Amino acid sequence: MQSLELIFFIVCAIVTIGGGLITIGSRMPIRSAMGLLTTIFGIAGCYLLLAAELLAAIQIIVYAGAVVILFIFVVMLLGSAAVSPRDAGSGVPRYIGAVTFLASAIGALSFVLYRPAPAAPAIDGAVAEAATKAAVKLPALPEGFGTIEKLGHEIFTQKIVPFELTATLLLVAVVGAMAVARGKQHDPTRQLKDEAGAADADSNAEEAT
Amino acid sequence: MGAVPIHWFLLLAAALFSIGAVGFLLRRNLLVLLMSIELMLNAVNLTLVAFNRVHVANHDGQIMSFFIIAIAAAEAAVGLAIVLAFFRLRKSVRSDEAHVLRN
Repeated sequence: MQSLELIFFIVCAIVTIGGGLITIGSRMPIRSAMGLLTTIFGIAGCYLLLAAELLAAIQIIVYAGAVVILFIFVVMLLGSAAVSPRDAGSGVPRYIGAVTFLASAIGALSFVLYRPAPAAPAIDGAVAEAATKAAVKLPALPEGFGTIEKLGHEIFTQKIVPFELTATLLLVAVVGAMAVARGKQHDPTRQLKDEAGAADADSNAEEAT
Repeated sequence: MGAVPIHWFLLLAAALFSIGAVGFLLRRNLLVLLMSIELMLNAVNLTLVAFNRVHVANHDGQIMSFFIIAIAAAEAAVGLAIVLAFFRLRKSVRSDEAHVLRN
């Protein structure tokens, strides 16, 4: 059972990292979208291991079902223009930025991992050992942790205001995306409307006289 | 439950965040930039859920990543709309074509 979980985690980690590398490494955006999809499935597997069933389902539904599909739609809409030539080349500053970020990330990580342990307060050895063991061992799961019932109960009793605000935000995002993506267009009915408006004005003027 | 130590998940999330950040800094295709942002958001979500597994008294981490997923969806929709508008303007999706404000 335990080794099965370990194998599942390793598979999920490989899928996640490999998908991420494909996402940023491939020249064709459609392959990048497929890499993103792979990463999302790997992370959903990790959510299952972390007892977050509802989030794993939401991850699949929202990301794989909506976001990646949206990306693929845009890639297909742009066609061959989506593949930009000479990508990631001749940009020394961006390489400097990437290397600086990587170096600082690795430095911070190694600092966290290998820093000397803070001086433990002088307590009994057995107590300290038990405390360490309790800190490393994961707590037992409460009944129904991460299921739809518990999570939904908590959202709809304690977090109802952020939930409704998120709904409003999604509505605003949909309207804004439509407004931005449509752009300025020639409106074929506009001329007709103008003529009708002019005719109305004429008839109004006639009525007034 | 509990065969996998929690810090392995945190290391996985850190690696994924680094991949996303490096992709965001290196690539110049706007679509790939948006996908790198999605990778970073996913890494943060994984961290939140992993910490929630350690503190099981409430669902705060899971609820927060729930909201982050919703906001990431909105961000992807608006970002892709901006990419479409930019493409209509420049006939390209390269980020260094956006140089109107340069000089």
